[in-house]
Amino acid sequence: MIHSTKKTSIAAISIIAAILIIFFISLNTGTIPIGPADVIKTLLGTGDGSYDVILFDFRLPRMVIALLIGIGMGIAGAILQGVSQNGLADPGILGINAGAGFAVVLYIFFLQDQLAGSGNLQVFIMPIFAFAGAFLAAGLVYTLAWKKGITPVRLILVGIGINAAFGGLIIVFQLMMEPKDFTQATVWLNGSIWQTSWNYVLALLPWIVLLVPFAMYKAKALNVLTLGDQLATGVGAPVQKERTLLLLTAVGLAGACVSVGGAITFLGLVAPHLARRIVGPNHKHQLPICALIGALIMLVADTLSRTLLAPSEIPIGLVVSAIGAPYFIYLLIKE
Amino acid sequence: MQARRLLGTIILIAGTLLLIFSIGLSIIYGVSDISLSTVWNSIFHYDATNTSHQIIQRLRLPRAVAAVLIGAMLAASGAIMQGMTRNPLASPQIMGVTSGATFMIAIALVFLPGLSNVHLLFFAFAGAGLGLGLVFGVGLLARTGLTPVKLALAGTAITALLGSFSNTMAIHFDVARDLSFWYAGGVANVQWDTVKLLFPAAVIGMILALFISGSVTTLSLGEDVATGLGLKTGAVKVAGVLVVLILTGAAISVGGTIGFVGLVIPHITRFIVGPDYRWIIPCSAILGGILLNFADILSRMVNPPFETPVGALTALIGVPFFIYLARREGKNI
Repeated sequence: MIHSTKKTSIAAISIIAAILIIFFISLNTGTIPIGPADVIKTLLGTGDGSYDVILFDFRLPRMVIALLIGIGMGIAGAILQGVSQNGLADPGILGINAGAGFAVVLYIFFLQDQLAGSGNLQVFIMPIFAFAGAFLAAGLVYTLAWKKGITPVRLILVGIGINAAFGGLIIVFQLMMEPKDFTQATVWLNGSIWQTSWNYVLALLPWIVLLVPFAMYKAKALNVLTLGDQLATGVGAPVQKERTLLLLTAVGLAGACVSVGGAITFLGLVAPHLARRIVGPNHKHQLPICALIGALIMLVADTLSRTLLAPSEIPIGLVVSAIGAPYFIYLLIKE
Repeated sequence: MQARRLLGTIILIAGTLLLIFSIGLSIIYGVSDISLSTVWNSIFHYDATNTSHQIIQRLRLPRAVAAVLIGAMLAASGAIMQGMTRNPLASPQIMGVTSGATFMIAIALVFLPGLSNVHLLFFAFAGAGLGLGLVFGVGLLARTGLTPVKLALAGTAITALLGSFSNTMAIHFDVARDLSFWYAGGVANVQWDTVKLLFPAAVIGMILALFISGSVTTLSLGEDVATGLGLKTGAVKVAGVLVVLILTGAAISVGGTIGFVGLVIPHITRFIVGPDYRWIIPCSAILGGILLNFADILSRMVNPPFETPVGALTALIGVPFFIYLARREGKNI
């Protein structure tokens, strides 16, 4: 136990160091490169003000959002994998991405033009739709999978079904869209930090601040659930109650992340796998590492999405997949 | 066992009749309604100056035939995938076939714009092979071999990877809409030149599928059991992959992504006729053909005169049944 605690600390410190380094590099890069000296001066408030807007209004909020999404999606994925006892689980699988995506597509199709020009309000409407869609889909999956309780297999299977249904509906509405709307929807569906402002940071932050510590507090319950229902009931755990609570936590986290960042898939799949590989299956160690890995991946992905094909941007979700998938395949082959 | 064979026979006979009926329905239903007698005449007394005859011969008939063939091909190959991998979730999406095809279509749209549909078919077919090859390649490289979970994981990873490449290209070069139209294409614009390419693939694929169906049954008992029973599992797997590639590759090339037929139909069929793939594969093919043809007819009815993507409809038809099965006997899926 002491050994794995030490291992966790070392891992955590290394990842945080990596995050800090990349954070700094990322501040330098983008369509308009800014030298390290200017970045430091601007951050300290001693610059000549020429980079204030770029750094404070564009890059910083965006990077902070990326970090928060990474933390949230990583934890959500770890919970879902633990609860469902399935390494394939990811927020996408429980229909969260698809539900949010469908709500956003409906919004773009029916309401966007009517609401155009309502200014600041407009900025918040799409995330609200996404969040509502995510929760509705998750609720639907949970209800349909309920039959005197929830079993992991049923949960995953129903999730896959609901996902496909929403996927079908998304395509129906998307193909009826004007090209401009179509592109907007496609970019969103592929995961994109499509708007950057501190408002979004404020919208996302409470969820992360409340739910991430709660998830860590529930690490022990998650460990017990991973044993499987029979064993968990055997050791006296209120299996259904804990599972429901943990699922709600995961849905809240993933829903909030998706509403701000679009449908970022694969992060919730990869981050827990990596964390497990580094510190083992105990969620007390796994969850913090998982959050940090998620943040690191998102930060790297955000930096790449701004620079690879600059000046045009690649949706960050696509970069996450392009980074995550090869590593995941490597793990698959090696293990 | 006896009862299951009876059920299987009923599916094969009644199903074929229903299939023919659905083709008839598909031909008479459309923007301009056509009577059954006109259909009969157009087939047996074709009159080149008659507009209705032309519509039937050039548009409606190839469309109906393609829907039946594609549905049958997807369902049969889904059955083989599920039997061979013992993976209940095995389907074109999971096995990387769809994402591979989409990837190659994206490349074709970006770098070789203006290719004819027939040429695009070859790209899609090559892509299907690429996706399947990658997934199986990863599965084979994995130390413990092709366990069902490994295969599904490999499929998910490859799908994510290829999907991210195609979508990045699609967004960057602004062909996302074209790609989606191919993706959701269905059989709406299928013509005889395409059916001519589809038909041999369907026939060859089906014959091979039936040929290996007994071995698939043995393999579905598990690799160890199958080896114990003297089955050359390696050879069966190679043959199975080939059949799956021919069937799904061709079906997806023509129809785009049509989900759930290959996943749900084999489950339904197995539920009715039992675990013998000599029955599951042909019955799946019949039921898959019926499902897709009716879905295609429905796709014209939902929002006329616009066509709803048939893949969306198969998902909406397939999902409730899938959930019913998931709730009913989660363990066996």
